[in-house]
Amino acid sequence: MIRILHALFGRLPIGWLQLTHNRPRFAAALAGVAFANVLVFVQLGIMNSMAAATYRPYKLFQADVMISAEDANSLTDGGNVARQWLLQAMADPDVTDGMGLFLANAAWDRGAKDISLTTFGIDPAKPGFLATEITAEINFLKVKDAALLDRLARGLNRDEAAAVRPQSPLTFETQGRTITAYTTFAGGGGFSGDGYMLVSDQTFLSLFPARRSAAPDHILLSLRPGAEPEAVIRRLKVLISDPGLRIRSYSDAAAEDLRYQQTKRPTGIIFGFGVLIGVLVGIVIVYQVLSTDVSDHLREYATFKAMGYAPGFFLGIVLEEALVLGLMGFIPGLTLGSLILKLMGMMTNLPLAMTFSMAFSVFVGTVVFSALSGAIATRRLAAADPADLF
Amino acid sequence: MEHDTIVEIHSLNHWFGKGEASRQALFDVNLTLKRGSLTVLMGPSGSGKTTLLTLIGCLRSVQDGSVRLLGQELNGATDAHLTALRRRLGFIFQAHNLHESLTAAQNVMMGVQVQGKVANRLANQAATHVLGLVGLSDRVNYLPANLSGGQKQRVAVARALVANPALVLADEPTAALDKDSAADVVELLKRMGKARATTTLLVTHDNRILDAADRILTLEDGRIIRVEERAK
Repeated sequence: MIRILHALFGRLPIGWLQLTHNRPRFAAALAGVAFANVLVFVQLGIMNSMAAATYRPYKLFQADVMISAEDANSLTDGGNVARQWLLQAMADPDVTDGMGLFLANAAWDRGAKDISLTTFGIDPAKPGFLATEITAEINFLKVKDAALLDRLARGLNRDEAAAVRPQSPLTFETQGRTITAYTTFAGGGGFSGDGYMLVSDQTFLSLFPARRSAAPDHILLSLRPGAEPEAVIRRLKVLISDPGLRIRSYSDAAAEDLRYQQTKRPTGIIFGFGVLIGVLVGIVIVYQVLSTDVSDHLREYATFKAMGYAPGFFLGIVLEEALVLGLMGFIPGLTLGSLILKLMGMMTNLPLAMTFSMAFSVFVGTVVFSALSGAIATRRLAAADPADLF
Repeated sequence: MEHDTIVEIHSLNHWFGKGEASRQALFDVNLTLKRGSLTVLMGPSGSGKTTLLTLIGCLRSVQDGSVRLLGQELNGATDAHLTALRRRLGFIFQAHNLHESLTAAQNVMMGVQVQGKVANRLANQAATHVLGLVGLSDRVNYLPANLSGGQKQRVAVARALVANPALVLADEPTAALDKDSAADVVELLKRMGKARATTTLLVTHDNRILDAADRILTLEDGRIIRVEERAK
């Protein structure tokens, strides 16, 4: 190891030798770096799963433009949109089709554990608005009180969900009605609901009698191929005389939803701060280790200064130590972080996993911030005055 | 001229502190050190010995007067210039100042590597050779913690001499050692100095070194009050 480092730096790897000289302290320092890494991984994992969970319901549908109420910050909140705007929008030559999307939470009483299903009411005559994986199943919804059920819903037994087929449908009671699920699709629980259910708009209105067919939650529009969504949106804003409505492209709506979840909702803010705190903890640990190390070796450094070593040499030693700590602390941090994320994913049924981009960015961050704290720690070197040695 | 005169000092004055509180430590010091000579600097504590040593050793800036080291004027020299000049000196301190995390050989290698990039193998060879000269060939890979006081000081001597310095500056190198170890180190300095024609300036009270000196200077209150030339 020493020879490899020697060849690499073109000098004795003094930083490495210094760090490994005091084994217990070295181990504690590595544990500290690994701990900071785990902290960041867990928070980043949750942030990422939030993105996946936010996009999940959007992926059940396909549309080009979405019209929502002014206060509809996410798919699930906000007021209704009058159906008349759907008809207005259809007047635009580039708009080929439109559909009202109804949405509410249905509680499925399962005894000890209730499942909260985010229920979408759609027009079964318009398969074009459904994700391609489930387009073929839309015909089941033409039957009254029929549903497509989320087989990944939290609280739903996997075997039970796998057994749901048109020949052996699953019947259950929700909102005071008996619903029959003929087939399933892959959704998955998020931060608010446990899973999803698709029903026809007619079934939806009988499940939620307070809702009116003239007031869906969102309006989805599809455009003529080759149409410019931005131009259509500009025209629609003129055509639709309610300035309070949000008229956005479907992908913008999803992205704005995520931004809202991550920056305005408490959960997003908490995990964002978690990442920041993890980074700060890492900087403080590395700084603490390195500055103690510099203080402990002031006499040796002063001797090296007297011998004619230039200031850059000492910066090199401290950066070498920072890199050793960052690189060697990252490995246990990555291992432990992956394990914890896997465990959390199993327990919460959220899409929690270590991704390459997460590992890569935390790795780069660890090295950069370690080097940064190392650079700060070298300020103590000024105290190493060789004239004091005599 | 440069070949024979290692150090040339003219009317050197030095002060500590600023303004009203300033105190003069050196008064009109004149001194020349010839190649291969061993000069001992004596005097009571506070007489300015160490100040003079650190000025010659490029560890303090010259304020007034002229110090020429290896033909180069130190008064007004830049930090980078002083650092470069220090690489041509060998320092031996009262404490050994070895790096506890480095083996004896690695500590000596630090004296080689300051001269520039040297292959691991060559630096190690040089270090092992000099450690052999100071009688530590069987302690090459020992950490300082496993060496006696005298052995550590011998490693420090090896570190100071490994790059063949033009001038060795030593400050009470035997003060922290017992009688036998001190005798070893003195013997070593004398022998190595002769063999390599190294110029040595050392501050000491140790009589065994006085015997080895070519010249003994006595400082008192910042002035050289006595110069005693010893016949060879």
